Amino acid sequence: MAQLTDLEYLKLNKAQRFGLKFTAFFKAIPGWFKNLGIKIWTFMKNFFWGVVNFFKNLGLTFWHGDWKTKVSYFVMGFGSVMRGQWLRGILFFLFEVVFILYMALFGGKFLGQLYILGQNESSMGDDGTIVYGDNSFNILLYGVLSLFFIVALIYTWYLNIKQNKIGEDYVKAKKQLATAKDDVKALVDKDFYKTLLALPTLGILIFTVLPIFFMILVAFTNYDKSHFPPQNLFGWVGYDNFGLLFQWSNSEGASFSMTFGQILLWTLVWAFFATFTNYFLGMLVAMLINKKGIKLKKLWRTVLVFSIAIPQFISILFVSNMFQYPDGIINGILSAISGGKLLIDFWGNAWIARITVIIINVWIGVPYLMLVVTGILMNIPADLYESANIDGASPWQQYSKITLPYMLFITGPYLLTSFTGNMNNFNVIYLLTGGGPKVQEYYGNAGKTDLLITWLFSLAVNDTNYKLAAVIGIMVFIVVAVLSLVIYNIIPSTRNEEEFQ
Amino acid sequence: MAAEKHSMSMSKKKTIVNTISYIVLGLISVIWILPFVFLLLKSFDIGNTGVTKNFIPSAWGFDNYAYLFSSDCNFLQWYFNTFIIALFVCVIQTVMQFMMAYTLSRFRFKLRKPLMNIMLVLGMFPGFLTMIVLYQILKTIGLTGDNAVPGLILVYVASSGMGYYVIKGFLDTLPKSLDEAALVDGANRMQIFVKVIIPLCKPILIYTVLTSFMGPWGDFVFAYTVSLGSQAGMNVAAGLNSWLSPANIGSHFTHFCAGGVIVAIPVMILFLFLQKYYVEGVTGGAVKG
Repeated sequence: MAQLTDLEYLKLNKAQRFGLKFTAFFKAIPGWFKNLGIKIWTFMKNFFWGVVNFFKNLGLTFWHGDWKTKVSYFVMGFGSVMRGQWLRGILFFLFEVVFILYMALFGGKFLGQLYILGQNESSMGDDGTIVYGDNSFNILLYGVLSLFFIVALIYTWYLNIKQNKIGEDYVKAKKQLATAKDDVKALVDKDFYKTLLALPTLGILIFTVLPIFFMILVAFTNYDKSHFPPQNLFGWVGYDNFGLLFQWSNSEGASFSMTFGQILLWTLVWAFFATFTNYFLGMLVAMLINKKGIKLKKLWRTVLVFSIAIPQFISILFVSNMFQYPDGIINGILSAISGGKLLIDFWGNAWIARITVIIINVWIGVPYLMLVVTGILMNIPADLYESANIDGASPWQQYSKITLPYMLFITGPYLLTSFTGNMNNFNVIYLLTGGGPKVQEYYGNAGKTDLLITWLFSLAVNDTNYKLAAVIGIMVFIVVAVLSLVIYNIIPSTRNEEEFQ
Repeated sequence: MAAEKHSMSMSKKKTIVNTISYIVLGLISVIWILPFVFLLLKSFDIGNTGVTKNFIPSAWGFDNYAYLFSSDCNFLQWYFNTFIIALFVCVIQTVMQFMMAYTLSRFRFKLRKPLMNIMLVLGMFPGFLTMIVLYQILKTIGLTGDNAVPGLILVYVASSGMGYYVIKGFLDTLPKSLDEAALVDGANRMQIFVKVIIPLCKPILIYTVLTSFMGPWGDFVFAYTVSLGSQAGMNVAAGLNSWLSPANIGSHFTHFCAGGVIVAIPVMILFLFLQKYYVEGVTGGAVKG
């Protein structure tokens, strides 16, 4: 189909336009894949040449370098100290010393066993006490830490070589090298970002990256209740845990794959409804409050904000007990109205529980959305509405042609994050239902309102089934990442960081 | 004449629409406030300490509050723990997030984009995944159980740099010419950060302090895991939640309600005072994210 001009496009009716867009969308898909392929190819190519050049440069620097540089290949920081940059040099050297000490005294023995995660089982000694053997957990954890250390050492070593090269070039060109004093000065000025980033990134490295790395590896082991250190060892099992995801029948009754599929489905359904009910109802409430002629705006807003101010665990736990069967307040009211006939077991039936959870989530989420939406509504140019009024547009037309498109455009990224946020909305589900009603046909004591994240939690905490918890965590990551990637490329509001400055 | 009639009916229609709007708003307010009224009422119930059908107490009294402050329970300990945690967290977390946000907003360095992408990807992993490892790490350094308070502070604070988005969104709107002017005047980057940028960030600063102060009051998962059943190490969320276990709920539900009221009041007062800044932060964060 040829590209239509604007005029031709405007002549089409709605259905034709939709058809056009629809086909265009699918036609673009091969293009995406082609681009993706090209990107991956160029990345691989660049990566390969990068590695080759890296080693070439290292070799050349060594070959052409003076003796100070050559020594620096083995004693880090030597060249820097000799050329008067004693602060850098000493730091390089200290890092090398710390690394060697760490490896010799601590990390080395864990690193050496990383491939098998320990061989000596704990056993009962002669006098009845337990003699502890290898601890698989520590081997894995400190093994990974040692790997991190090695990467850090290689990087620092490379920096050290680079410094030597620069130092040599400067000396040859008779230029002044940065002294220790200059280094310190730069850290509060030109290189201030290094100072600022040091602490936060170190924290993230140790408390987020390392644990995530560890847990990804756990997904490839048999770490669970019967392989629990220090009493027992656990070991590598390859892809077995992921294989469970595709193993449809199971002799032991409830299968992991079936449960996973059902819970994933519910997680997506929940995230969809939780996001859009909140979004549209929140928008409705915000528009109602901001309507011309409504007085006491501040009061209405404060009433809603009030419910954000109370810590969630209090409000949600209390509301959960309000819906208790048969003794909760809601059932009390219901039976008072119906004369004792109507009692609803809100948390006992799968579908009633699911619907109730979504409705209560409206109560929890709308105030927040109201705040978000109010700010954006104020930014819609008022003259749009004025001219719409003059043209005789009905309120519904004004909403669907002005307000909604504007809102969707601005809040596109926000909708995406709140969708993924809802997929991982632990608090609401866990505190309201605890995942229940629990059913036999689900694996690992999962329930009908369990999200992947609450299931992960109960598998880890109640069953100490860490290997499957890790598998679920990885799957959650994959789902969230794929969704984000796809949706981010579709939504129109692309944000340019620099545009505000 | 006809025109007058038309405008009459218009204004009549307007009144009807407004009346309906007020009724709806009134209804909404009732729905949103009622659970808290029930909570308050229940906290004064001394007739039945379990979950009841009636929201009007069968007998009124302050016994539930008295229980919280008596030596029969650890509520004061939990409260104190949470307060200490919240205090430390709100200071350190704010500092960490500002450091991260300012760097990413104002400096352009080689690893900037990769760093932002890595943090984005890390954020896609469910947070609890790390819980098991963090617990073991804390256990190794002896910060679990009774010593859970410093352990919890460490856990909350360590990775907080990843939550830089809202502040960065705000900093991005501050014109770069401010920095350049100060640079020309001979200030170094640290002075610009401390003396020029921070004073302009008052709204977002208050927002960050407020949200990071409120966080620990509501956190249940990490507090529960790290304290691991030790009464001395729990925060209010983990502690009060332990009163709602099937074994305890019959005798402790009203205590939970009273505790909830005591926890909610200071947080609420703080929140209502600083509402303006919270609203600014939330709306800014959603748009510029």
